[in-house]
Amino acid sequence: MSNISRDDVANLAKLARIDLSEDELAGLAKELSVILDAVARVQEVAGEDVPPTSHPLPLVNVFREDVVRPSLTPQEALSGAPEQEEQRFKVPQILGEE
Amino acid sequence: MINKSAVEMAEALSKGEITSVELTKAHLKQIGEVDEQVHAFLHVDTQGALEQASQVDAKRSAGEKMPALAGVPLALKDVLVQKGIPTTCGSKMLEGWRPPYDSTIVRKLKENGIVILGKTNMDEFAMGSSTENSAYGPTKNPWDLTRIPGGSGGGSSASLASFQAPLAIGTDTGGSIRQPAAVTGTVGVKPTYGGVSRYGLVAFSSSLDQAGPCARTVLDAAYLHEAIAGHDPLDSTSINAPVPAVVAAAKDGNVKGMKIGVIKELQGDGYQAGVLKLFNESLEILASLGAEIVEVSCKYFDYALAAYYLIAPSECSSNLARFDAMRYGIRSGQGSAEEVMNSTRQIGFGREVKRRIILGTYALSSGYYDAYYGSAQKVRTLISRDFESAFKLADVLVSPTAPTTAFKIGEKSNDPIAMYLNDIATIPTNLAGIGGMSLPSGLAAEDGLPAGFQIMAPAMKDDLMYKVGAALEVELNTKWQGPILNSAPKLGAK
Repeated sequence: MSNISRDDVANLAKLARIDLSEDELAGLAKELSVILDAVARVQEVAGEDVPPTSHPLPLVNVFREDVVRPSLTPQEALSGAPEQEEQRFKVPQILGEE
Repeated sequence: MINKSAVEMAEALSKGEITSVELTKAHLKQIGEVDEQVHAFLHVDTQGALEQASQVDAKRSAGEKMPALAGVPLALKDVLVQKGIPTTCGSKMLEGWRPPYDSTIVRKLKENGIVILGKTNMDEFAMGSSTENSAYGPTKNPWDLTRIPGGSGGGSSASLASFQAPLAIGTDTGGSIRQPAAVTGTVGVKPTYGGVSRYGLVAFSSSLDQAGPCARTVLDAAYLHEAIAGHDPLDSTSINAPVPAVVAAAKDGNVKGMKIGVIKELQGDGYQAGVLKLFNESLEILASLGAEIVEVSCKYFDYALAAYYLIAPSECSSNLARFDAMRYGIRSGQGSAEEVMNSTRQIGFGREVKRRIILGTYALSSGYYDAYYGSAQKVRTLISRDFESAFKLADVLVSPTAPTTAFKIGEKSNDPIAMYLNDIATIPTNLAGIGGMSLPSGLAAEDGLPAGFQIMAPAMKDDLMYKVGAALEVELNTKWQGPILNSAPKLGAK
């Protein structure tokens, strides 16, 4: 039986960059425990000898020629930005004061 | 005219019996009359559609050679970007966003003269099986407005079933084209992974996501399939090989001598009796047409749902990191970039999306990675092997598309596991990257609602699904004395 606590969810939410309300934390802790119990059965059949599949196609690297091709203008690329300044995305402070 | 197939509309257009502007106006009128009840569309682009239609008409009257579907209208799932047209993915996160470019699918639709009517409703970021997870309210099933139209592409399926569009585009990560088709009495195809470009498709789970055609007939789906498929240098996972000849296969529709494998694990417990009865009747029809029905076993399919609900949330937790309130979408909150991100993602994402991001973050976190995500990837290998063995015994594999007919809106929204079970028969094909089609198998005896028949084919042999689907469709339409949607209740202006 998986037992995901409120604090476990709070830590995951921090990693995933989502603020969650107390209601959401409590609800998700309960739901996650149930879901993890249901999906944990993948471990029953995953033997050492079975290679993992990460992707359905056996692709390695796909390259293109390094040539200039049409792309978005700066105005187009910035058209959806919440804030912009001098042809750049304007973002809130990233580094601390120290 | 709006009740005709897309191919019939295309014929009328090429004979000059109707113009694309007239045809587009007829569909816009239907949208105006019924979509208040159905809520299939999130955005209707009246002006853009009419402009596109008049361009097609002008080219046709100038004597230009026109593509097969030129002038026929289409509904586009709101997960594909179209330049200048609001694209929300059913999420508050992207409210008001207008993409600066066209997805490859949209570019191909425009090149083919297919008229884009608007964007259809969906579960937020394609996560769901009922379209109830849309931030803009649920879509209703035209067969019964108290029931779900399937999901995540419920807007696309409902638009077809209510004659608001003859063609639609869907995307299928675990069944989001096929299960909505099944519960609305329409046709939906998930092509082989890599068969249709993902460029401009907002990613949910990149190794599973595949866009494909939705229609009311198998032949209509085939024409749309050929219009959107093919190699795209802008999608490094797009397959560089000729598109399977699906139109020719749909026209051929000959199953004599084909081996059709019934998957033992995709029936029985959990499947509605009426759905299974219709499935078996379809098998009898295929046998009567000269196909050989064999039973195959795919013993690891019992683990497919569990593997899917680790792999898809894991990939989504990574993919949805792009919604960071910095480059597009909404921004909320004060303080540092991190605080703004945290706050924006709290109000921008709905409940199911948060649930999956948190689940995926857990499955990928150190200490749990091997046990969850790693094990799920191994199950994925076992499922592909199951398919490989089964395709040695049969040309195509079949099952019911969804275990039940459409359920009531609200019935399963508080039980994630019950909701996830809808996809039990569609998920294995996504994990293996092969193609799957759903077409109507009839109306279930218990509730009079449509059920779906699923056909699965090996990678890049999508034509085989169309061959079998077309053969079955002809016989079923004869039995029903016309397309199944003729039996759907008439919606209209109040």
